[in-house]
Amino acid sequence: MSEPTTPHTVDDAAVEETAAQVAKIAPRRAAKTLAEKVWRDHVVRLGEGEGDAAQPDLLYIDLHLIHEVTSPQAFEGLRLAGRPLRRPDLTIATEDHNTPTLAIDKPIADLTSRTQIMTLRNNCAEFGVRLHSLGDAEQGIVHVVGPQLGLTQPGMTVVCGDSHTSTHGAVGALAFGIGTSEVEHVMATQTLPLKPFRTMAINVEGTLRPGVSSKDIILAIIAKIGTGGGQGYVLEYRGSAIRALSMDARMTICNMSIEAGARAGMIAPDETTFAYLKGRPHAPEGAQWDEAVQYWTSLRTEDDAEFDTEVFLDANTLEPFVTWGTNPGQGVSLSGSVPFPEDFGDENAKAAAERALAYMDLEAGTPMKDIRVDTVFLGSCTNSRVEDLRAAADIIRGREKDPNIRMLVVPGSARVRLEAEAEGLDQVFLDFGAEWRFAGCSMCLGMNPDQLEPGERCASTSNRNFEGRQGKGGRTHLVSPVVAAATAVRGTLSSPSDLEPAGTRSATSFVA
Amino acid sequence: MEKFSTHTGIGVPLRQSNVDTDQIIPAVYLKRITRTGFEDALFSSWRKNPEFILNQEPFNRGSVLVAGADFATGSSREHAVWALKDYGFKAVLSSRFADIFRGNSGKQGLIAAELAQDDIELIWKILENAPGTEVTVDLETKLVTAESLVVPFHIDDYTRWRLLEGLDDIGLTLRNEPDITAFEATRPVIKPTTLPAKV
Repeated sequence: MSEPTTPHTVDDAAVEETAAQVAKIAPRRAAKTLAEKVWRDHVVRLGEGEGDAAQPDLLYIDLHLIHEVTSPQAFEGLRLAGRPLRRPDLTIATEDHNTPTLAIDKPIADLTSRTQIMTLRNNCAEFGVRLHSLGDAEQGIVHVVGPQLGLTQPGMTVVCGDSHTSTHGAVGALAFGIGTSEVEHVMATQTLPLKPFRTMAINVEGTLRPGVSSKDIILAIIAKIGTGGGQGYVLEYRGSAIRALSMDARMTICNMSIEAGARAGMIAPDETTFAYLKGRPHAPEGAQWDEAVQYWTSLRTEDDAEFDTEVFLDANTLEPFVTWGTNPGQGVSLSGSVPFPEDFGDENAKAAAERALAYMDLEAGTPMKDIRVDTVFLGSCTNSRVEDLRAAADIIRGREKDPNIRMLVVPGSARVRLEAEAEGLDQVFLDFGAEWRFAGCSMCLGMNPDQLEPGERCASTSNRNFEGRQGKGGRTHLVSPVVAAATAVRGTLSSPSDLEPAGTRSATSFVA
Repeated sequence: MEKFSTHTGIGVPLRQSNVDTDQIIPAVYLKRITRTGFEDALFSSWRKNPEFILNQEPFNRGSVLVAGADFATGSSREHAVWALKDYGFKAVLSSRFADIFRGNSGKQGLIAAELAQDDIELIWKILENAPGTEVTVDLETKLVTAESLVVPFHIDDYTRWRLLEGLDDIGLTLRNEPDITAFEATRPVIKPTTLPAKV
């Protein structure tokens, strides 16, 4: 409907004048929380009006991540409208959803997958987008690749046609998933029209016990507020238990914000964040580093800020958590039992529980630890970083796998795979009898050949236990990496504390 | 995008909460590179069951889906909206939608109408008692009508305006292109760029 734009150029002479313009066109709302501050700093044009009648703000997008599944129709849209991709220099693509995790040097066997990958390659070449293809050392799951390259930084706005874009909130970015129409919108304009989110504080105080990890925190939060509890909110994870977490562990939490219904989840940048970013390929250097840290430090939520909603979770009493049903909110402590549908007050929740138990082939009252699984999947954008692999390897080292278990280990990126191999983790998994695969989304959603058979039961470090998600008729229990590892040893859902002392092959250090 | 003002069609009661995106369209169908042709993919796993509501007359001709709470939770796949539209749905009614799905619907001219759960329950009863009952979704008045029941629904005013006018988002944004250029001139130099590539 509008004329194609000319490609982007910056005229230095116009900078001063335009700065004055921006100050005029983008008046500032009061911003006290981390999310509001990041929002404020990206308003190109403030929407007029208030409340329900308000127009959306036009928000500038600092980084657009692209993959093969949700982009082809967007590129096609640009082509049909004769529009250029406005900022290739703020765009990066990787191949992840469809890619095989075996024999990656051979052509992709599945023709539709191959076509989709080839389409991405052609589109990136045509529009000048940087692409990390299968076989490249920087290829991998888009949400592992971005932080790893230092491209996702505090205070940025980051989007991707994938709901787990919330992962990048762990560095203090406002990062959220978008649909393909919005992908095309960002390609054409580097902006998105958006209504401000509400803010929710998730306060997690205390110290995690050994064997309890950030995955258990987020599963417990989702069970508490439900799959729709965060709808319309940006979550900010706060408190001593969050501050004590590493960056990899923080990414696990922010990753699953979407499973609580929130498009984005954030953690205020701190020394842990800065130490993680320092020296990464795209991190600022020298004087720019100091300037960046100063800005990043200013982003934290102020003491007198008020959130629209607050939630509290006690880290001290938290146990390993696991799902029993077919949505991520249907979770329970691993030491607990499969719940009785009649215990749910609400009729719809009761019906949902009955349906979930039937699909999962579980009987109410069964202790969770009596549930036998067939497959263990260690991977996905939730738990496939090097710390996740290390934590699992520390559990299985010197132990034997249950002979009936198939275990798949899929690093989140080619770089993670290389790092793990440099530490000898691949050999730990191989000695244990697990399969050591190439990077990608793999069995998290089964778009490639890594799928469950009908009726197969899986302990999975991924993020969704939906019916058929990991393969038609497959049954998924969401778990942490250490629970996945302990389960592979015992054959039933298990926590590391259930294991006999490790064998004599090596001493086992306990990492949560 | 086509303008939308009101639609009347057979209502389909889907008495289930948390209908996730993987049920609406399983990942295997996401390998396609087109924007249309997804009608076979909609609820493909459930449609294998002859008892499933869309396998029953007259619901197989339905165009207004009345679903439980937390409809379309999960993935950002716009394919979920394309599949619903390709099958023939013009509107989905629920007491709560996943944010990304609601946004995607607004871009594609599928009405995601938010109703009180009590009203959803009343409509379910009407549709179950008299299969084939037509439901009217009026975007002008923000009212849903089924038999003698008339109840309000909620939809974001801006989305409603765009749908009524049939306006394309990118075109609207590009009207403000000078603002975008002005903003870009003020972006701090510390912000990273993907090019030139550093590894």
